Amino acid sequence: MEIKANTQLCIGAGMCALTVPQVFDQSDDEGLVVLLEPNPSADLEEAVRRAVNLCPSGAISVD
Amino acid sequence: MTDLTLTFERAHPLDPPEMYTRIRQQDAVHRMTYSDGHLGWLVTGYAVARAVLADPRFSNRPELTHPPLPSRMEFAQQLREQELKVPPGFFLRMDAPEHTRYRKLLTGQFTVRRMKQLEPRIHEITESCLDAMEAAGPPVDLVSAFAMPIPSLVICELLGVPYEDRAQFQEDTKILVDLDAKGQDAMDALTRISAFLYGLIQRKRAAPGDDLISGLVASGELNDEELTGVAVLLLVAGHETTANMIALGTYALLTNPGQLAAMRDDPAQVNNGVEELLRYLTIIHLGPIRTALEDVELEGRLVKKGDSVTLHLPIVNRDPARFPGGDRLDVTREATGHLAFGHGIHQCLGQQLARIEMRIAYSALLRRLPGLGLAVPPEEVPMRSDMSIYGVHRLPVTW
Repeated sequence: MEIKANTQLCIGAGMCALTVPQVFDQSDDEGLVVLLEPNPSADLEEAVRRAVNLCPSGAISVD
Repeated sequence: MTDLTLTFERAHPLDPPEMYTRIRQQDAVHRMTYSDGHLGWLVTGYAVARAVLADPRFSNRPELTHPPLPSRMEFAQQLREQELKVPPGFFLRMDAPEHTRYRKLLTGQFTVRRMKQLEPRIHEITESCLDAMEAAGPPVDLVSAFAMPIPSLVICELLGVPYEDRAQFQEDTKILVDLDAKGQDAMDALTRISAFLYGLIQRKRAAPGDDLISGLVASGELNDEELTGVAVLLLVAGHETTANMIALGTYALLTNPGQLAAMRDDPAQVNNGVEELLRYLTIIHLGPIRTALEDVELEGRLVKKGDSVTLHLPIVNRDPARFPGGDRLDVTREATGHLAFGHGIHQCLGQQLARIEMRIAYSALLRRLPGLGLAVPPEEVPMRSDMSIYGVHRLPVTW
């Protein structure tokens, strides 16, 4: 699983950081997505997919 | 069926009018005649509503929007006439990239981490409301003693608005969301609240504090009119919605004792319960409304450029295709993905704050007052059928 995050699309809703804080964070200045772990372990896959689905602006995706 | 007569009258206070459930059962996308004669659409299905909210081909600009309701949209009509364009700073009703400029100035202030840092203070405020309630003794109106002061005080401290000034801005907010308010009264309320915040911005410029408005002023990114618009939006949105969720959510739990027990007895259930209450209650009557900027196909229907599309989020959030048994309150349900905070670029900026406020408020209330109950029969609780943000006007409780 490889995660991609696009700060151009991000609107700082924080759903990713709320759902999987081990993988996603938000920058302090603009609150935009920060990818902490682009290749998380398999046990986080389900949560990451849920975060991708919850993102309101389509800023994160998984391959 | 295009001659829908939209109604807000509920047979049961916690359920949207049954008419909309029947419409959803027929179709997720319905033709609907708007009050100005425009032939537009009503969306009642989850998947379509989510798609519309995320689609940049649908605009949120008020001057493109047709009013779905005849009598109660006088204010919207007046806004259209007097101020054809959206007022400066009202980024909620702008499209990208105009909207993006404002939102990016604010998102850093509402991150999950920042909101978590407010937790100790929110706990403190919540406990002091409960102390005052216990000192006064039952019965107490939970709206004025608990549901309203918590988010009001929190947003005031966050923005740097003096809490002592709340009487006027709470009154003005009430007029702004009152569906029966005369158009002129609503305009006057908006003028008053704008003048109040404009004055505050001048004072922050002269003597900055450690608060959000001071920070925005100091950034130099916005002029005074824009700052005022942003401040009005944050202040109004920051207390009215959460206050009604806390009060109506409590009413919902008190009238569903099994659900209340599930949330009280297992504190781990509270986060889930908050999402479920957000989904189940979705405290608006109708909306939001978007307008197509080009021809768009929705579920095989051709929505033409210029067509308005009204989403019915309370019904959408009960779509059994997404939430099986959605008409039932079930705090153990996996309710994330609901659209109570919207979706797309306008999804609620303050949602992480609202979540924390609700979690703290519900859990403290159930923990400190385990014998909490209604002080009047449920049918005597006055519901906000007359306000664009649904809830209870008063909630007399005892314990």
